[in-house]
Amino acid sequence: MADRGPPKRRDWSWRSQAFRGLVYQLIAVGAVALGVWYLAQNTLANMAARGIQSGFDFLRTPAGFDIGESLIPYDALDPYWVAFGVGVLNTLRVAVIGVVLATILGTLLGVGRFSRNAILRGLCYAYVEFFRNVPVLLQLLMWYLILTDVLPPLSEAISIAGVLFLSNNGFKFPVPVWGLGQALAGVGGVLGIVLAWAYRRWAMRQFELTGRVRSLVLVPIGIVIAAATAGWIAGGAPTAWSIPRIDGFLTTGGATATPEFLAVLLGLVLYTSAFIAEVVRAGINSVSHGQVEAASSLGLTKGQSMRLVILPQALRVIIPPMTSQYLNLTKNSSLAVAIGYPDVVSIANTSLNQTGRAVECIAIIMAVYLTTSLSTAAFMNWYNKRAAIKER
Amino acid sequence: MAVVFQPIAPRPAPVKTEGLVPWVRANLFGDWKSSIATLAILALGIYYLPGFFGWAVANAVLTQDANLCQQARGVGACWAVVGEKFRLIVFGRYPYEQQWRPELATLILLALLVASCIRRFWKPWLALVWIVVVPAFFVLMGGGWFGLESVPTDQWGGLPLTIMLATFGIVLAYPLAIVVALGRRSKLPAIRSLCIVYIELVRGVPLISVLFMASFMFPLFLPVGKSPDVLLRVLVGITLFSAAYLAEVVRGGLQAIPKGQIEAAESLGLSYWQTQRKIVLPQALAMVVPGIMNSFIAIFKDTSLVTIVSLYELTGALGLALNSDADWRPFKIEGYLFITMIYFAFCFAMSRYSLWIEKQLNVSRTR
Repeated sequence: MADRGPPKRRDWSWRSQAFRGLVYQLIAVGAVALGVWYLAQNTLANMAARGIQSGFDFLRTPAGFDIGESLIPYDALDPYWVAFGVGVLNTLRVAVIGVVLATILGTLLGVGRFSRNAILRGLCYAYVEFFRNVPVLLQLLMWYLILTDVLPPLSEAISIAGVLFLSNNGFKFPVPVWGLGQALAGVGGVLGIVLAWAYRRWAMRQFELTGRVRSLVLVPIGIVIAAATAGWIAGGAPTAWSIPRIDGFLTTGGATATPEFLAVLLGLVLYTSAFIAEVVRAGINSVSHGQVEAASSLGLTKGQSMRLVILPQALRVIIPPMTSQYLNLTKNSSLAVAIGYPDVVSIANTSLNQTGRAVECIAIIMAVYLTTSLSTAAFMNWYNKRAAIKER
Repeated sequence: MAVVFQPIAPRPAPVKTEGLVPWVRANLFGDWKSSIATLAILALGIYYLPGFFGWAVANAVLTQDANLCQQARGVGACWAVVGEKFRLIVFGRYPYEQQWRPELATLILLALLVASCIRRFWKPWLALVWIVVVPAFFVLMGGGWFGLESVPTDQWGGLPLTIMLATFGIVLAYPLAIVVALGRRSKLPAIRSLCIVYIELVRGVPLISVLFMASFMFPLFLPVGKSPDVLLRVLVGITLFSAAYLAEVVRGGLQAIPKGQIEAAESLGLSYWQTQRKIVLPQALAMVVPGIMNSFIAIFKDTSLVTIVSLYELTGALGLALNSDADWRPFKIEGYLFITMIYFAFCFAMSRYSLWIEKQLNVSRTR
């Protein structure tokens, strides 16, 4: 026999590692199961003793409370599950806008730390150190106070160019009147993105085949804009805007961002961008200086070496911590409950106080955030894999 | 032809690269973009800073008089609100005549925290000191023993509560985090999956949902008729929450230990626990001190959330101090700025320490 390893001992003796492992695992699982069973028993006994009803059937009864802002039509007679849907949409709205703005601001701040201008460098440093060392809840409360207390009332709203109004009632801005033209422009834009993507793939292949460089940024952007404009013109080129107008205490037209929404958004964006700035700085720092020198000795311009050499390598370091910052922002949006922005936690809190079903409401909050976290993590892991070094 | 000696002109001195003027030229006016940025920022500063200075310093009201503050509204800051409400903001509703107790307890806790940051004290007896100090803190604050007047936990508040929640949240989570981190790297699949589920579940939800759970669901978990103190429930919630984050930090340290060391320990005949205790953990835990510090900063900031489940730590105490007082309520923003400075001072100092200790620990690897 050529291949005779040590004999595998699988006997029922304490000396066998496999047996010991099995016993340890049984003990651990048993302890956890026992703990869960004990807690569940107590919970059931407590609920019976206090006369608390359980189950998710309450989701179909009318909610009976109003919600300050909603993306979908809602009134107090709608059932609880619609109210929760409104809350989830509000959470996602602030999270998505927040992630986009925080990424832009954070990247600018992170790159600003490498500026050749000392004042700019210093300001970026001071910003990062200040905003990340103050609790985000405190920042939210402060922004809310400023937006509702320091800003003038609606009748004396600060007006910018006569179309934007800032008051303690929120921020009012004009929106285009929705019509066929806008819808067609949207369709055209989507079509343009597909075309631009196809063009980019074709250009990349041509480059690999012939070495001829084609524009990979301007032409795709041009295609998207041209397609959107074509759709807009095909719809009759509508130019009607709904402009906010203030008559005493009433406003008509336009759209409003409430102070609650603005406070949550400002607080989250300013706080998270400080962390993103550090992530970006660490990423750029991680690319060795030799790479930059090699790029410039090959004749790449500063912009080219940033785009083609530094960023692709920095991105690998940036993506994982960036993912956790996005998740942090989403989770921190739950603090909106403190200033009354109707996010999912706030809705759950109200429902909990009305129905007394603590277990169910908290379970809904946790399920919503777990789903968001896990799907974001899955998406970013997929993107990370794409950006990672292809190794054999 | 007579050759006349003609001295050649001396070379000009090299351009100065040190000193103020060259620094300004390189760092403020390097190229035209940089110059424009400098001038624009300076212009903004000249335009806005005097107004801010006037509000914060020149026109600020320091006398504790609500009427004076009311007159200066919009023109000058009312820092008097800090003096007027200092006790309520910093100590919450703790009885005034007993105030030496939170002061002393917090001082002891801070002293021990500082001691724990010094490498010379990283010895096993430090853990023993913590085991003594944690109950001592509760006795001193809560009373009921040694003739101390009993103070229920709903009257604890302010800065002592903030420091206590953050410190105990980390200190109590630390042993749990080590166990969970070891479990996550265990070869036994059942134990590994239990640890992974715990870590990912907790890290996937916001702290506020854990606090809601602590305040609404924990009472249901215990036998009928028993309801533990709200502070204790919140502390358990924070501990379970921070343990998951801390476990990931510790795991980072465990992964950095080369596998050869573990194999060497095994071949010497050390058991699993001996290997972990004598070889892996001493190196791994020292390595992750900066990461633990960052978790501590995060928890320190996150303690502000307990105000949502009505515990009056620093942020909550400010609301408590000002919301019910119509005279001083308009000056809440000054109060917020005051506690912002407290939070900033603590967190900034800790983040500097974290950077410093990181350099200290890596001293053998830098050259």
